[in-house]
Amino acid sequence: MDHLFEQRSAIWDAFLTTLSLAGISGLLALVLGTVLAGMRVSPFLPLRIIATGYTEFLRNTPLTIVFFFYVFVTPSMGFSFSYKVAAVIALTCYTAAFVAEAVRSGINSVAPGQAEAARSLGMSFGQNLGLVVLPQAFRTAIPPLISVFIALVKNTSVAGAFSVLELFALSKRLTNAYSADVITILIGIALCYLVICIPLGRVAAALERKAVFGR
Amino acid sequence: MSTGPILYDVAGPEEKRRERLISWVLGVVVLLGAGALIWRLAANGVFDDRWRILIEAPPNFAGYEVQHIWMAIFRGLGSTLLAAVISLPLALLLAVALVSLRTSPFAVVRGAVAVAVEVFRALPVVLVMLFGVLVLPGASPLMAVVFGLVLYNGAVFAEILRAGIAALPKGQTEAAQSLGMGSFLTYRDIQLPQAVRMMLPSLIAQGVVLVKDSSLGYIVGYAELLRQVSRVTDALTNAAYLLPLLAVGAAVYIALNIALSRLAVWVQRRSARTRRTVAATPLAPIVED
Repeated sequence: MDHLFEQRSAIWDAFLTTLSLAGISGLLALVLGTVLAGMRVSPFLPLRIIATGYTEFLRNTPLTIVFFFYVFVTPSMGFSFSYKVAAVIALTCYTAAFVAEAVRSGINSVAPGQAEAARSLGMSFGQNLGLVVLPQAFRTAIPPLISVFIALVKNTSVAGAFSVLELFALSKRLTNAYSADVITILIGIALCYLVICIPLGRVAAALERKAVFGR
Repeated sequence: MSTGPILYDVAGPEEKRRERLISWVLGVVVLLGAGALIWRLAANGVFDDRWRILIEAPPNFAGYEVQHIWMAIFRGLGSTLLAAVISLPLALLLAVALVSLRTSPFAVVRGAVAVAVEVFRALPVVLVMLFGVLVLPGASPLMAVVFGLVLYNGAVFAEILRAGIAALPKGQTEAAQSLGMGSFLTYRDIQLPQAVRMMLPSLIAQGVVLVKDSSLGYIVGYAELLRQVSRVTDALTNAAYLLPLLAVGAAVYIALNIALSRLAVWVQRRSARTRRTVAATPLAPIVED
């Protein structure tokens, strides 16, 4: 217990690292995923093929393999990234596929009359998607997007195994140093994750109920 | 959804020509981009003789045959999948038990189950695995991996089943109670079978997540695919071999998971055809990874 208190500043730093990893990759994945979702519903076949291929490929690959690729394999291919950059790239690539699926299901849930009305006003595909469909799609996509973000927060723990000192890596380090206090340390670290994930889950559930009643 | 695209008009002859032109231009741009990338990678030696390792072992390592390499890959895949195969039924059993406790007459028990499910869903699987490594007495790495996978996925499966039961028409439960069935019997004979059928697509999708998560064993020192692959490249003292070996492993994972996902879609279609009468509203799949 004392050790946990002694190490509070290290835990706080690791907590912030976890949050910043999740925040940066989350934002990047949101952008990339939305673009992918737009490509998937576009009239141009090459874009559809690329977006579908990307999503299927990344959704079915374990995150550990993605990390392994960016951290250990790319140096042998003539690229290399610092550990933190590699972690952000890996998390972004992986999460974008799930964001794309969430946004696409949001697009599918927009009433067809909306897109048809936009078309009958002579809007192009870009106008239709950007001005009419996507703003409505995001409303329904927010609860699943929050779930994707919760998963991302938990997935940052994989970065801990690839030389980024975040909560999981810190828990490994602390349990090594103070082997008598293993259980309290792990519970302390677990609480840090719960503090992020449980409130987010509650928000998602509340928004979902609201969206159901709103229709 | 309706037939044909909704977001843009089905084009007339002139528009079609324009659209085809844009598609061709985009296609050429994409191919050029891919070509540039490949050329760049080739300049870095990505397509050199490192891929030969899948056919024959490098000559300067006496006694190291190509079958050793393939055996390492398949031993790694085997142990990864072993962890998944052990965990899947255990996690389902745990979920069924947890949800059955929700019918308990004691509010304390119901509350404890709700809290446990919420907590384990919110924790990273690796952290639970690490807990297994450090706290379970005499745990092998395999046991720790199974421990993490079962606790986490058991909680998610329980949540899926709970959502399925909540979505059943109320009359099912009322009819059971009017026949004098208690809450446990109602759960076991009326609610659970229908919830499992209704949520089968979500359950399979979460099964895919479980298979993917089995690769997290790498982090807690379980001798799975990635560990075996890096052992081979260590033995051959050449990190360049990581790429071909990892490509083989990733391909197996992806093929397996796509097959499972297809199964989920097929089950969903089939149940949508035959069960339209009972299922009140189709539910979006709950999946957490």
